[in-house]
Amino acid sequence: MLNFTLRRVFNGIVMMVAVSFLAYFLLYIGAGNVARLILGLEATPEQINELNEQLGLNRPFIEQFLTWLSGAVRLDFGASWSMPETVNEVLFPRLGVTLTIVALTTLVAAIIAIVLGTLAAIHGGFVDRIVQFLGLIGFAVPGFLVAFFLVTLFAIQIPIFNAVGYTDFSENPSEWAKSITLPVAALALSALAAVAQQVRGSVTDAINMDYVRTLRARGLSFNRVVYKHVLRNAGGPALSILGVQFVGMLGGSVLVEQIFAIPGLGPYAVSSTAVSDIPAVMGLVVVTALVVIVVNLIIDLLSAALNPKVRLS
Amino acid sequence: MSNTTIKREGLARKVLKNPSGWMSAGFVFAIVLFGVFAPLVSAWDPNEPDVYSVLGGPSAAHWFGTDSAGRDVFTRLAFSTQFSLETAALAVVVALAIGVVGGLIAGYFGGWFDAIASWMTSILMALPGLVVLLAAMAVIGPTMWGAMAIFGVLLSPAYYRLVYTTVRGVRNELYVDAARVSGLSDLRIIARHILGVVRAPIIIQTAIIASIAIAIQSGIEFLGLGDKDTPSWGAMLNDAFRQIYDAPGLLVWPSATIALVTISLVIFANTVRDELERTGPRVKKIKGLGKTAAQLADDAAEVATIVHAAPSRTNDALISVSKLAVGYPNGQGGVKQVVHNVNLTVNRGEVVGLIGESGSGKTQTAFAVLGLLPAGGRVVAGSIVFDGKELVGASAREYDQIRGGRISYIPQEPMSNLDPSFTIGSQLVEPMMKVLGLSKSEAKAKAIALLTRVGIPNPELTMKKYPHEISGGQAQRVLIAGAVSCDPDLIIADEPTTALDVTVQAEVLDLLRDLQKETNTALLMVTHNFGVVADLCDYINVMQEGRILEAGPVLEIFQNAQHPYTQSLLDSILEGGPARGAYIAPKGN
Repeated sequence: MLNFTLRRVFNGIVMMVAVSFLAYFLLYIGAGNVARLILGLEATPEQINELNEQLGLNRPFIEQFLTWLSGAVRLDFGASWSMPETVNEVLFPRLGVTLTIVALTTLVAAIIAIVLGTLAAIHGGFVDRIVQFLGLIGFAVPGFLVAFFLVTLFAIQIPIFNAVGYTDFSENPSEWAKSITLPVAALALSALAAVAQQVRGSVTDAINMDYVRTLRARGLSFNRVVYKHVLRNAGGPALSILGVQFVGMLGGSVLVEQIFAIPGLGPYAVSSTAVSDIPAVMGLVVVTALVVIVVNLIIDLLSAALNPKVRLS
Repeated sequence: MSNTTIKREGLARKVLKNPSGWMSAGFVFAIVLFGVFAPLVSAWDPNEPDVYSVLGGPSAAHWFGTDSAGRDVFTRLAFSTQFSLETAALAVVVALAIGVVGGLIAGYFGGWFDAIASWMTSILMALPGLVVLLAAMAVIGPTMWGAMAIFGVLLSPAYYRLVYTTVRGVRNELYVDAARVSGLSDLRIIARHILGVVRAPIIIQTAIIASIAIAIQSGIEFLGLGDKDTPSWGAMLNDAFRQIYDAPGLLVWPSATIALVTISLVIFANTVRDELERTGPRVKKIKGLGKTAAQLADDAAEVATIVHAAPSRTNDALISVSKLAVGYPNGQGGVKQVVHNVNLTVNRGEVVGLIGESGSGKTQTAFAVLGLLPAGGRVVAGSIVFDGKELVGASAREYDQIRGGRISYIPQEPMSNLDPSFTIGSQLVEPMMKVLGLSKSEAKAKAIALLTRVGIPNPELTMKKYPHEISGGQAQRVLIAGAVSCDPDLIIADEPTTALDVTVQAEVLDLLRDLQKETNTALLMVTHNFGVVADLCDYINVMQEGRILEAGPVLEIFQNAQHPYTQSLLDSILEGGPARGAYIAPKGN
């Protein structure tokens, strides 16, 4: 198990370096004359030279990358090109907000998906049709349209929840709940639908396995075999789908945060993109990739805990 | 090839005959026409503001009303449709070009190209597409064409993997070899044989990818990162969202259009997939075609079983099955019966064989007794009396009391009958704690004793192992230990040696015989092998096509078999006997 963990951590680090290098390379090559971009068309060649000197942009690419990397490993993404604050000062508080929302959404989606998917697999009928319908809607309809629908219905027509803004949990838990419910619901739908369909499929497969009959022949009740044995065996495939959905959720959170005016990474990504703030964009890319890689690592470890065969691969 | 052409036309016709197929395809087609003919559908200019009719409701002049700048919503929707579909199409075309060509090259020629491609794929998987696109737009600026071209690159792995795996599968097929030997160039082989196979999956994937591209395109435009002067669904959403308090209706048109288009695309993809997977004609449900259970039972009763006299047999029935019939839904509203009119008795301490080839209904009979018929199966007639208690119609709770402690089961295939996610030990301990009410440590001690008894070397270590870490023979011993663990009165063994090596078979049979003698448990041996029953059973039932043909004491059957099918089964095992005769077909076939 330790061996397995170390190998996965090593793979994650290699992946982080590869993503960073690729992103840095493409962004800095693509950005062209950065100083001109920042200073505008009226800048004199001297001014441009001076800024290039100041930003270190006239040094060789590899040297620039290594300077950036030595900061990045200490999670220091340098100065912003568009704001007085450093990238870190803006990025990390916002990361906390986004992670809160995404983690909560993952939890909600996973729980509902397991319950719905299991019921659909075992009882079929009405619940099964709900899962199939959710599967279609959740897969086809973009999350931000769901958000519009929820805002219009539950924040404007029937004002139960907040349409905009975010209150920290430590400040006011009930306001926090009101500000977070609709974004979480909008983000959860597609993940929930996908995971529920996977749970339905893998529970249906697992329940027809020979060992289920054998365990029941030893006197264990149907429910006990389902909760202890079937769900555990069905858990692996469901977890990997949850991992894929998590990546989609991070992307979707950009739009949903924009809609609900939540001070997470989303609005920061949008404003940094609009003004070509490359250090901020680099920070966002690296932090997002780090979150995805860590989540995938957690999912790998959970799968290994559920299924002893995974530990060998 | 003409062959694949016929298949494709067949598929297209099948999809368009299906209501969800033609409706979804028709809607997408209508929306495409709406976009293509945008300049013709309205006399308004999509970008011309009109300060006198800001946020106007629907009227004869403005069918869908006007937006916050007084622009005609219907006109803007038409032009938006054009632009949004064009840019989404660009992403699809780029993804197709890169994915299909890359997949063909890597799949057909293999090697380094695939290594690079799979690396690129896993890097792209580490980031949400929208985040990558935002980063890209930070350097390329607010151009939707550029953004969607990049998004096409991001989407290309979906096609790549599809084409790659298909090509890998097809490449080594004989007909591709034959084509190569006959001198066709690689290019022609790819075009003729391989593209034919991946065409339908590519259509499915394209519908799905188009819906994703539309969603992302609208999302970016909504964020205000697109081209400000071009009308698009996302830009309309952006404008409408600012007016959500004053004119919530403005959100409806772009939202509904996007949602309906993406849903239609996904439904279309699902329909094509369903039709592709469906083999043979659609089965129409006809109610009342199947016979009633009672009629079927009557039919079966006409075939009489040859019963040999068994004077030495005690009359102490532990389980007594009479006129049992088992059926499954036949998919047309009726019942397909797999076990007919089966009568079977096992006395206390007796070993009874149930013999027949696969498909004879012997395993179904065993499952019916256990109350564990596979999904859909049920006892349609007859009775199963165990120790004076009727089991047909018994509740789940009553059956849970009987299984394990009173009736237990040894399965055929050892590996698939152990839960791969739990240790051997926990799978033995859990039922003993439940059925016998033992504590965990008591159950563990008993499990170790049982493993020792069934001949597992080093039982303490084996307790901690997972099923995939032990051999098939050991797994079968573990399953036998599990079956006897709760001191049952009856063990049903379903082909307990079939999946094992010949040498292991003999050992397992010896073990079963010894355990049966020690505990004097009754044993119902289900098998296809007369050799197995010969030295184990007291009494034999021969089964074929769901019916018991002949029954009697083991010696009587061996010496005096009446039914030709029994004789043919016996002939197939007797050493030095006459050559095996013709197969005796079941009556009525």
